[in-house]
Amino acid sequence: MNKITDRLYNGVIKENPTFVQMLGMCPTLAVTTSAINGAGMGLATMAILVMSNFLISLLRKVIPDKVRIPAFIVIIASFVTLVQFIMQAYVPGLYSSLGIFIPLIVVNCIILGRAESYASKNPVIPSIFDGIGMGLGFTVGLTIIGMVRELLGTGSIFGFRVLPESVDTISIFVLAPGAFFVLAFVIAIMNKINIVKAKKNGEEPELCDLADCAHCQNTMCNGKGKEE
Amino acid sequence: MKIILLALSAAFVNNVVLSQFMGICPFLGVSKKISTAAGMGGAVVFVMTIASTVTSLIYSFILKPLDLEFLNTIVFILVIAALVQFVEMFLKKVIPSLYQALGVYLPLITTNCAVLGVALTNVQKGYSIGESIINGIFTAVGFAVAIIILAGIREKLEKSDIPESFKGAPIVLISAGLMAIAFMGLSGLIK
Repeated sequence: MNKITDRLYNGVIKENPTFVQMLGMCPTLAVTTSAINGAGMGLATMAILVMSNFLISLLRKVIPDKVRIPAFIVIIASFVTLVQFIMQAYVPGLYSSLGIFIPLIVVNCIILGRAESYASKNPVIPSIFDGIGMGLGFTVGLTIIGMVRELLGTGSIFGFRVLPESVDTISIFVLAPGAFFVLAFVIAIMNKINIVKAKKNGEEPELCDLADCAHCQNTMCNGKGKEE
Repeated sequence: MKIILLALSAAFVNNVVLSQFMGICPFLGVSKKISTAAGMGGAVVFVMTIASTVTSLIYSFILKPLDLEFLNTIVFILVIAALVQFVEMFLKKVIPSLYQALGVYLPLITTNCAVLGVALTNVQKGYSIGESIINGIFTAVGFAVAIIILAGIREKLEKSDIPESFKGAPIVLISAGLMAIAFMGLSGLIK
């Protein structure tokens, strides 16, 4: 039980894939034009993450070490295709608004990263909860960014108008440039929190910097969450 | 005329990073210096051209006749991963000078979602093989243009006084956002 809550806490708060590890930036920027799109993308990713973590953890003693990355990619790609068809059948509206980013979940670093750093080394049950935790963290991140963009860009949240009609909205926030601006401010706020915290303890602040993304575990923020 | 419009649209109007958000990771990660950005841009042009050619050939001659279109995501990602490995070995053996220039960037491209994205877009939009190749080349050119411009801006940013909490990633993202606004101005090129 303890391990399960630990996995959930780890995914949603401590190693949040969007705000702390800064993984999966392409969908984070592309599909967060509204809160509902962000949430839909997050849930689709979570479903694939849970299924791939489950299967990879189950097969972790069978897959030879040398071909593990191609094997993981095939497993992930199969689940992505499955989820793609389910979404096409049951939520066609969401399917068409997420568009090409559903098949592109295959190359989302969060999924391959979790397979490599957690599911391939741990038993099945914790791996499933690791998937749920990371998936929830990603969903929360995308939904928050989507809500901010939707509020500033159209004055509504989840499609409901919250600002009075007389307030002018800034439509650039639902267009491409708005994604960069909102993410920039989110990271700046995270940096500010780190600076204040470090000053209180009299340490050097750890700023989020951009690293080369040579492979999936190499995260942007000083490789936080790299090793378990 | 149709081909020219397709090329312009792929390179500038629907720029792969600034309006489609594919390949953000190398765009932000490998744009510190103009020389490395140009290397990355060159490697992407090289790989994306080959990848879109090969994937559209596989789609038209293998997947479509066998009614296996639903396998396209799985097949494309494996083909691209294998292709990058193969290109790397080939360059090392045959054209060592080009390998010297592009070699370090090649492994980075497997995780670049732009390459898979272009292959899937070609299929979704029903492009012919010729159109797919043009789309691949010019999407990559758009990527190269964007990453080199961003690297130029970042070299200037090195010397400027930025608020502490905006240092690093945030200021780069804001520069990219302003570039995206500038690129939106090009959308009038194509009706």
